[in-house]
Amino acid sequence: MTAGAGALPAPPPAVNPETQEFWTATAAGRLLLKRCQDCGSVIWYPRAICPDCSSLRTEWFPASGRGRVYSYTVNHRGEGPYQGSAPYVLAYVELDEGPRVMTNLVQAQDAELAIGLRVEVVFHDTGGDSALPRFRPERPPATR
Amino acid sequence: MTIRGKAHIAGAYEHPDRKIPGKSVAQVHAEVALGAVADAGLSLSDVDAYFCAGDAPGFGALSMADYLGLNRLRYVDSTETGGSSYLVHVGHAAAAIAEGKCRIALITLAGLPRSQRPPRASASPLAPEAAFEQPFGPTTVSMYALAARRHMHEYGTTSAQLAAIKVAASQHAQHNPHAMLPKPVTVEEVLDSPMISDPLHRLDCCVISDGGGALVVVAPEVARELPRQTVKVLGHGESPKLAANGRIDLTYTGAVWSGPRAFEEAGVTPADIDYASIYDSFTITVLQTIEDLGFCEKGKGGAFVADGSLQAPYGRLPFNTDGGGLCNNHPVNRGGMTKVIEAVRQLRGEANGPVQVPDCELALAHGNGGSLGTRSAAATLILGREDA
Repeated sequence: MTAGAGALPAPPPAVNPETQEFWTATAAGRLLLKRCQDCGSVIWYPRAICPDCSSLRTEWFPASGRGRVYSYTVNHRGEGPYQGSAPYVLAYVELDEGPRVMTNLVQAQDAELAIGLRVEVVFHDTGGDSALPRFRPERPPATR
Repeated sequence: MTIRGKAHIAGAYEHPDRKIPGKSVAQVHAEVALGAVADAGLSLSDVDAYFCAGDAPGFGALSMADYLGLNRLRYVDSTETGGSSYLVHVGHAAAAIAEGKCRIALITLAGLPRSQRPPRASASPLAPEAAFEQPFGPTTVSMYALAARRHMHEYGTTSAQLAAIKVAASQHAQHNPHAMLPKPVTVEEVLDSPMISDPLHRLDCCVISDGGGALVVVAPEVARELPRQTVKVLGHGESPKLAANGRIDLTYTGAVWSGPRAFEEAGVTPADIDYASIYDSFTITVLQTIEDLGFCEKGKGGAFVADGSLQAPYGRLPFNTDGGGLCNNHPVNRGGMTKVIEAVRQLRGEANGPVQVPDCELALAHGNGGSLGTRSAAATLILGREDA
């Protein structure tokens, strides 16, 4: 069984003015993060206020799109849009910029799933004006 | 200000049924409310404070207060922290009573997730984080599975150790005539049950049940006039644990803060506790909580539970003697109310015979609402026997 290999649904996120720029960038294949201009913290999830220092001076910047698995689970019981999609892999990925973000691991064999696994972002079109940032195992340059 | 000894739990009632077709949610709230005030030797017309959470139908506390005919209210609180709400309510009621704001507080929980299957309340599309979590398909079980996996990674916790928690709960449940799953199970049976979200099996999960419960918290001068033995509220701590700007750590719970606050207020330590009701939405919830409350060293919870420590009546930390959410009842997916109720039974000497802790003077009840995988709220109560 390869839980991270199948096609997953890509339900569109609810986009609002505060997060529009993030989701527009995903549709273009770019992952943005926010950084606080006062304390320098990287902010996740993206929002107008810095939860570390309360500053409202937060700016977007391009993220590396790379990180490592903080935790993962092979879920055998999907709900809502995921009903019928099990098994699939839900995970927290710790981005190289620091934040641990909820996501799915894809294009992965069961045997390589592990905490600490190096991963890179891929984008799955939601059919709207956004794409979901998911992560696959980082491959050596020669095989990419 | 401290609430130590300034409020008593005088009434506690758990709905006897686990599937309740043909009734409304408000109706079941009324049944448990009547059960709790009768247990206290009071009536609904005595109630001057009402507490409820998100399971209560209608607008905050007002709809149910109106439905129940609570016409003498001078204090209401609809604090919503998921399954821990009712422990938070006991703490808030005790504080309000200690300040003279009210004298007789009613707390109710009820719902019908088996009979009515309502939509999940936790996935509000309006929540600011929703767009960054919900599209990836998180389910309740999978969020706890993420926590279990990380705890295993950092501390070497095993699935067999988690299973030992379910085994102890099932040993207790066999003595509870109302338990939904009264049959004792073995570690092997837990490990052989279907995998729901790796590494959590079906038998690592609590039951889903209709039902509910209610509590009556009163001022000491009221308690003195009542016919039944009451239970003293000695300490309370509550603490939301948030996703912390992407620095989420899945290996501990808010009990690391709520526990010490409650112990300090009560003036006792974990070693003093005779009985503990520990929130058990999943086996991993119990494991992390007993570590975080200081019943064992952080990371050593697996070894602690695997050697029978949780077994009543003679284990080091007899827990969830009603069978807990894992085997008895987890009404409306919210286990906090039943945690307090079983602690009250133990302190009154009214637990089921084979699991009654001898000479039980000091009990702890702990709840954790929300999700261990994202945002949660811990609440701890220290309760004491009336004469202790």
